[in-house]
Amino acid sequence: MTEKRFISVFEAIGPVMVGPSSSHTAGAVRLGLMGRALLGSTPQNALIRLHGSFAKTGRGHGTDRAIIAGLLGLGTADQRIRLSHTLAGDCGLAFSFEEIDLGADVHPNSAQFILSAGERQVTFTGSSLGGGRIEIIDLQGYPVSFNGEYCTLIIISADQPGTINTITGWLAEAHINIAFLKVERQKIGEEAIMIIETDQPVTRELSVKIASLPWVRWSRIVPKLGD
Amino acid sequence: MYQSISELVQAAVDLETSISEIILQQEIQNTARTREEIWAGMAKRLEVMKTSAEEGLRKPVRSLSGMLRGNAHQFNSWLSENKPRATNGILSRAVARALSVGEVNASMGCIVATPTAGAAGTLPAVLLSLQESCGLSDTALIQSLFTAAGVGSVIMLRATISGAAAGCQAETGSAAAMAAAAGVEALGGSPDQAAHAAAFALQNMLGLVCDPIGGLVEVPCVFRNAGSAAQSLVAIDLALAGIKNPVPADEIIDAMERIGRRMDERFKETAQGGIAATPTGRQLTKYFFPGTASADSEGL
Repeated sequence: MTEKRFISVFEAIGPVMVGPSSSHTAGAVRLGLMGRALLGSTPQNALIRLHGSFAKTGRGHGTDRAIIAGLLGLGTADQRIRLSHTLAGDCGLAFSFEEIDLGADVHPNSAQFILSAGERQVTFTGSSLGGGRIEIIDLQGYPVSFNGEYCTLIIISADQPGTINTITGWLAEAHINIAFLKVERQKIGEEAIMIIETDQPVTRELSVKIASLPWVRWSRIVPKLGD
Repeated sequence: MYQSISELVQAAVDLETSISEIILQQEIQNTARTREEIWAGMAKRLEVMKTSAEEGLRKPVRSLSGMLRGNAHQFNSWLSENKPRATNGILSRAVARALSVGEVNASMGCIVATPTAGAAGTLPAVLLSLQESCGLSDTALIQSLFTAAGVGSVIMLRATISGAAAGCQAETGSAAAMAAAAGVEALGGSPDQAAHAAAFALQNMLGLVCDPIGGLVEVPCVFRNAGSAAQSLVAIDLALAGIKNPVPADEIIDAMERIGRRMDERFKETAQGGIAATPTGRQLTKYFFPGTASADSEGL
């Protein structure tokens, strides 16, 4: 039963967080922060569908306030989390919550997000795993798995030869080390998603260069999420 | 990484230092951070602890559900009236502070998870009340937090601090053990006495189930923190008096893990047993969460 990993003093004394529960508040804030990053800006419209325990006890745990706080860019220890629904009006964010059943296989603390701001839109599903840790399990209809522990480059592109080479080449030139790389596609020759988690942050310059590639249909850089 | 309390005590004795210093050195060696950076991180956490322990005393704090309404404030006001009472001094002040942190947490205020959000009241209650009554410096308190972290990390390695995995004994029980060891060190006790204090505290809280009404971190959690702070203070004095628990702390941690593993799922944060499943617990659940399955068996 004994684990061999190193445990930092700040795992036993910490994190500093807004209560009442790391999975229902800290994790929910981080899902909101992820949504904001995946959209690329503060959303103007947000539909959030709560699943499982998030749907049943989310209001009592302040999950609804925590999610909106994250979408507005507030951190997990921000005292304004409890006021987020009022702040949303000041920031031009219109939101609504619904309940949804995503199925028994999906973690009980999960939510589906449909966000938009002008022309931009994003749809994704994420789970709060406990201790504030999260996992994105679905993005724009693709099954995915990433958690915001790294800077994450996400590219949806035409499925053609040479795409991975181009991107990884540019990352190497910029001295950005790849921690994890995953590729999924829908059908041969149609569309594929590339998820690249990196040790160093991907620069804005490189992000613009990637977005301008003719075969890239959608791309985002999600910075490493804070605690 | 130290896998046991006994190894920690031995290392402190061999190097003629404290458990906190051993833990601080371990943190420096395993992270890319300097002593000053780590110390500053712990100092910041002490500040958050102080704020959350005071907020509920100054003004009534209402939990998100409304089940808790200003108990810390009420308790503190009553203390100042000096009416006949059962507890005094450090203990009564610790109870007030434990209630305050619990209410701040339940109202979406800022706290330090020690080791979890649900058990966050215990450690600040014990240490800040010792500071007030015994004139301890912030430096002494920050130093002692490393001892608390050391006990917490051994519990995380050998057992768990999760109520969902092993019940409330793993949350408030661990918090009481951490606070007891830290308190002994802050008051000048030996590393061996700190280990015995952790043993006494956790031993007195074995078997405690996690049974929050409606799954909310409110009742009984906030009152349990007042109780675990008291257990911790009792353990500190038992150890400082030189009394040794026949069973060492590591074996008690292992017993906690085994008890937790055999504990029925209803008693592990599912809000299906214990206080949550009492007629009143079910009524309150139904009131706060109309339509949930757990509340259907008893009507309001």
